[in-house]
Amino acid sequence: MPSQQPILEVRDLTVEYDTGSSPVVAVDSVDLDVHAGEFVGVVGESGCGKSTLLFAIAQLLSPPAAITGGSVHFQGQDLVAMNEKKLAALRWRDYSVVMQSAMNALNPVKSIGSQFRDAIMSHDERVDDDRPAEVMRMVGIDPIHLRSYPHQLSGGMRQRAMIAMALLFTPDMIIMDEPTSALDVVAQRSLMVQIKELQQQLGFAVVFVTHDMSLVSHFSDQLMVMYAGQVVEFGATRAVFDHPAHPYSKGLLDAFPSIRGPKQPLTGIPGTPPNLAHPPSGCRFHPRCPVAFEDCPKIEPELYQVGPIQARCLLHAPGQTQPAEPVQEVTS
Amino acid sequence: MTDVSVDSKSSTGQDSGASTAPLLETKKLTRHFRVGRGLSRQMLHAVDDVDLTIDRQEIVALAGESGSGKSTIARLLAGVYQPTSGEIYYQGRPTSSMRSRKDQLAYRGDVPMVFQDPFSSLNPAFRVSHGILRSLKLHRPELTRAQRLEEAERVVEAVGLSPAGDIMHRYPYELSGGQRQRVGFAQALAHKPKLILADEPVSMLDVSIRIGLLNLMSELRETEGVSFLYITHDIASARYVADRLAIMYAGHIVESGPAESVLANPKHPYTDLLLGAVPDPRAPLTAAVEGDTGEPPKVIDPTPGCRFRWRCPLVVDECHQTTPTLRILGTNHEAACHVAEPDA
Ligand SMILES: Nc1ncnc2c1ncn2[C@@H]1O[C@H](COP(=O)(O)OP(=O)(O)OP(=O)(O)O)[C@@H](O)[C@H]1O
Ligand SMILES: Nc1ncnc2c1ncn2[C@@H]1O[C@H](COP(=O)(O)OP(=O)(O)OP(=O)(O)O)[C@@H](O)[C@H]1O
Ligand code: SF4
Ligand code: SF4
Ligand SMILES: [Mg+2]
Ligand SMILES: [Mg+2]
Repeated sequence: MPSQQPILEVRDLTVEYDTGSSPVVAVDSVDLDVHAGEFVGVVGESGCGKSTLLFAIAQLLSPPAAITGGSVHFQGQDLVAMNEKKLAALRWRDYSVVMQSAMNALNPVKSIGSQFRDAIMSHDERVDDDRPAEVMRMVGIDPIHLRSYPHQLSGGMRQRAMIAMALLFTPDMIIMDEPTSALDVVAQRSLMVQIKELQQQLGFAVVFVTHDMSLVSHFSDQLMVMYAGQVVEFGATRAVFDHPAHPYSKGLLDAFPSIRGPKQPLTGIPGTPPNLAHPPSGCRFHPRCPVAFEDCPKIEPELYQVGPIQARCLLHAPGQTQPAEPVQEVTS
Repeated sequence: MTDVSVDSKSSTGQDSGASTAPLLETKKLTRHFRVGRGLSRQMLHAVDDVDLTIDRQEIVALAGESGSGKSTIARLLAGVYQPTSGEIYYQGRPTSSMRSRKDQLAYRGDVPMVFQDPFSSLNPAFRVSHGILRSLKLHRPELTRAQRLEEAERVVEAVGLSPAGDIMHRYPYELSGGQRQRVGFAQALAHKPKLILADEPVSMLDVSIRIGLLNLMSELRETEGVSFLYITHDIASARYVADRLAIMYAGHIVESGPAESVLANPKHPYTDLLLGAVPDPRAPLTAAVEGDTGEPPKVIDPTPGCRFRWRCPLVVDECHQTTPTLRILGTNHEAACHVAEPDA
């Protein structure tokens, strides 16, 4: 590792969508450190603010979204204060972004190959002529598709084309928003193994949003669980999987069906996702929490240290008298 | 759960004449695309000779390799693409014979599609309510304005989007990926459809909301007799909801059968590879597919022979000469492989 300093330092980051009435606080005081060569997984309910967080880190937000507080430092530079021209020089070369919608991110009227060339041309760095074909092969697509337009590719091929683009100049950090949701498990695994190998060779950092817990469990070093715009749990992936400290994470880990064993009816986490314009009082998870107690609607929990993990749950507050090892059977 | 008797409950009963024909059937459905330009022009075989049947009140899951032709099948069934050859029969009637506007409208109302990419399939110029209300007006003209609004709120809530009134007022770009995906699903529900072509409808949803949607599919199947073509990469979810599972590789259906039977007793080597790669988040990563490079299949101007032969651990001489076709190997269970063995 080149230095102890994190490559990415996110402090107290808050992002709001101005809706005219009460703003939607999609990212609420998020802290995150990512070191060189580290792989950080981000999971959480649909609509909890994951994409917004990534956009805010990459400085890709557009109105009505705006950063209303906090900072983002990348390699020591403050990205929030940086102008668009300087950002454009960093993007793709120093950090790259794979967005949730490949279709939105790609230009529909340009072939994949010419979009790759555009990205290369916008930087002074030299790139081998056969680099585009090389990265396409890396992600498992026949380079003949460099001549294809986005609509001529399948969903999974488009996603892989986006990942290929992110690898054009081996950047120092790659931010990915559900980059493999349209891939079959065989292709997904071989791609992830490749990314992991490249990462070990080249030492870039990865921040990775996914709904796929198995991807996280096998590839990420650190795991961040979000709920209603906030970090509710953070720690080494294995530690979180083995002993989730927050009832929401526990529910998430318990909720998936399996291809083996007896088939069981599943219910998921009961209740509805919170309204981010008017989040519940106290702990935001309290209306759905199976182990909520009388303090939960009244006191806003902070992130408390629970062994190697941080969790935003009052059960882990210092001096808490409630039994602090509940949450065994959440869904039953 | 898999034992749904086919003709017991025809959803609305208005299809009396063709009640013995399957709800939807394809015969040798084929779609090719041209790729490249000028001299390097080649033909990409997205879908070749697909025979697929979906019965009333049946959930058929379609899984398989990325780029193998699943979305193309759904688009052919939805009439977005025209077949290169082959035919689609809806309640016994070839869809190519449905020429009048009225017939086409009725078909599209009965068989709506949920598109794979919710970022490009929702019109950014209109609020969420627009698409839902419009299709209600088009396909269920008997409803009054107030009933349409009520119905729209009902379907939005059914897919777990709340408060429905707030969501309906938003534009697509004001929604997250998974929220958009559910708007697409809600739109399809509004039709009172017979068959929903759902192309990866849950890929952007966390497990909890995903299960809610899967339960909704089962419920609609039970209470309203809706059938589904459920395209997914999530094999565990296919097992959870589907009666039948079909596996695609490089434009062909290579295996199909009762979901439990395909999972417990896969016949095709690709199915084996696929199931071996389904990760278990609780277990450490196994080496099951170590060494498999996930090489793209050769579907551009393919030559005869099995399209899986370059990756197949069981390949024999015949695989290089003859394209295998589906053979019955177990109860309602078939696979297209020269060496696959029937049940004892
Ligand atoms: N322009 C907007 N105006 C108001 N609210 C918005 C706007 N864009 C997004 N939101 C809301 O912000 C919240 C966070 O959205 P975001 O896209 O970050 O979610 P996500 O965690 O990525 O979800 P998913 O997993 O479904 O993609 C959502 O509840 C969404 O409805
Ligand atoms: N309009 C088109 N023009 C040219 N080629 C196309 C077109 N649509 C699809 N294809 C090609 O057809 C093949 C099958 O694509 P399809 O979208 O059906 O795959 P899929 O099975 O849905 O994959 P995924 O799981 O990645 O979504 C791909 O090779 C794709 O490039
Ligand atoms: S603080 Fe209370 S409601 Fe929130 S997660 Fe902990 S126990 Fe549940
Ligand atoms: S036909 Fe031959 S190459 Fe194809 S799957 Fe069977 S054994 Fe393998
Ligand atoms: Mg998102
Ligand atoms: Mg597809």
